[in-house]
Amino acid sequence: MLDLQGLRFRAAFFHSLRSFFVRQQFLEVDTPIRQPLLLPELNIEPLASEGWFLQASPELCMKRLLAAGCGRIFQLCNCFRKGERGRLHLEEFTMLEWYRTSGGYEDLMADCEALLGSLLADLGGMVPCAVSNGSLRVSGGRVISLHPPWDRLSVHEAFVRYSPVAIEQAMAGDTFDQILVEYVEPHLGVERPLFLYDYPVELGSLARRKDGFPHLAERFEFYINGIELANGFSELTDSHEQRQRFARDLELMDEERRLRSPMPERFLQELGGLDQAAGIALGVDRLLMLLMGKESVGEVVSFSPADF
Amino acid sequence: MYTAADLRKGLKVQVDGAPYIISEFEFSKPGKGQALYRCKMRNMITGNQLVQTYRSNDKFEKPELEERKMQYLYCQGEEYHFMDTQNYEQIVIDKGHLGDSVNYMTDNMEMDVLFFQDRPIDVSLPMFVNLRVTQADPWAKGDTSGSDSKPVTVETGYVLQVPPFVEEGDKIQIDTRTGAYVTRVKE
Repeated sequence: MLDLQGLRFRAAFFHSLRSFFVRQQFLEVDTPIRQPLLLPELNIEPLASEGWFLQASPELCMKRLLAAGCGRIFQLCNCFRKGERGRLHLEEFTMLEWYRTSGGYEDLMADCEALLGSLLADLGGMVPCAVSNGSLRVSGGRVISLHPPWDRLSVHEAFVRYSPVAIEQAMAGDTFDQILVEYVEPHLGVERPLFLYDYPVELGSLARRKDGFPHLAERFEFYINGIELANGFSELTDSHEQRQRFARDLELMDEERRLRSPMPERFLQELGGLDQAAGIALGVDRLLMLLMGKESVGEVVSFSPADF
Repeated sequence: MYTAADLRKGLKVQVDGAPYIISEFEFSKPGKGQALYRCKMRNMITGNQLVQTYRSNDKFEKPELEERKMQYLYCQGEEYHFMDTQNYEQIVIDKGHLGDSVNYMTDNMEMDVLFFQDRPIDVSLPMFVNLRVTQADPWAKGDTSGSDSKPVTVETGYVLQVPPFVEEGDKIQIDTRTGAYVTRVKE
C-alpha cells in the first residue's frame, strides 16, 4: 500500500501528465473500460466481464474518436491483461495514451522527450524523486541522463549489436521476443533513454508500413534502464490492409487459444475516414516506479494484489 | 499438471523426468510480444543448475515427491541404513546421494528423508547438530604463532576449524548449512 508521501507524489505525477497535454491543446477523453469486443491481439489475454471484456488498452475507442475528427486526444486510464504478473507487470495497470492527427512516430518521440522534461520541472523538488539536475539514479548507484536528445537505435541495428542470431533468423524461428528480452533489452537506455524503432511489419498489427521499406513498421518503443516504457507508431489507416491483418490474428487467436471475438466492423468502417495519425501508449506505473526510485510497479500503486 | 502461469519461485516441477526446484523466476513480456517465463532451477537429485525460458502453452508434470520421518541407524561402507519411524521399514541410501550430510549424521539421529517416485534423494538435517571431538591437538598456552583456530576431527570423521581452546572429548555445535563451528556445548 502506498504511504501518504507516495500518494502525494503519484497525485502530483498525474497532475503533471495532464497539464502537459492540456497545455498543448490535447483533449482529455474517457472511453468505456468494459467493451463487447476485442481489438485482435495475438499475445494479450483479456479479462472477461459478464460476456464483455475489460479493455487491454483504450486504442479501439480512441482511434474511433480520432476518425470522427476530434483532433489530438489523450487519456489516462486503467487497463487489464490477464496473467501478467511480476516486477514490471500488474494485471490491472495505468496507461497513458495520446494521439496526434498529423505527423508520425518521430513526432511522438519528440513528445516523449518533452513530456519527461515537463515532469522533471514539476516534480524535481519533491520527495521521493530519484531525479536531480536531470539525472535519474537507478539501483546499483548508476546515473542516467534524461536530457534530450535521447538515443535512437533501429531494431535491425540492435540485433546486429547484441543478438547471437540475425533478426531474420529470429523471426523465422519465432525467437524474436526471447532474444529481445535476454540479449537486447538489458543494453537499452542505460546511459540515456533510448528509442528502439522500425520493427518487422509482422510485429506492428496496427502500425503503418515505412515508406520505401514495406517489410518494416513505423513503430518504436522507448526504454530507460532496460525497461520498456512506451509503444508508439504511425497508425495504419488503410482499412483494407487492417482488415486482412485482423482476420489473420482472429484466426490464430481462435486456433491457439479458442478465443473468439467478432471483426471490429465499425472500427474498420470509420478508419477509412482517418487520413493520418500517430499514437502511443505509455506504462504510467513503470515511469513512476523509475522516478520514485522503486524496483517494482507494485510499490507505486495505491493497492497492489499483495495488499488484499 | 502445472501450466506456465503457475511457475513461481520455490515451485517444484518435473523436467525431462527429474524433479527441479525453481530458485529464481521472472515474468517478462516485451511490448505486445509473447509472455516469457524465465526460470533458474536446480535438479533436486544431481544439484545441477538449469536456466530455461518457457512460454504460455508449456506444461509441467508435478514431481512425485514425499517426505518421510526416518531414523539413521548405521552405515556399512558406502551404504547408509535408515528406518521409517512410522512403519519401521528399513531402506539404504548411497553415500553419493547424501552429499555433505554424512558429515553431521550420528547413529539414531532423526531426520526427514525426501523421496522422488519412491526413491530416496535427499535428507534434511536439523540446522544445528552437536558432535564430539575425537581428535584435537592440545592448546599450547603462550602459543605466539598468532593463529586463532586449529583443525579438529569429530566423531563422524569430519574435520573443521575451531577456536584453540576446544579439546579432545569436548562436544561442539556445528551449523549444518555451512559446516562451521558455532559453540562449545557444556555437558
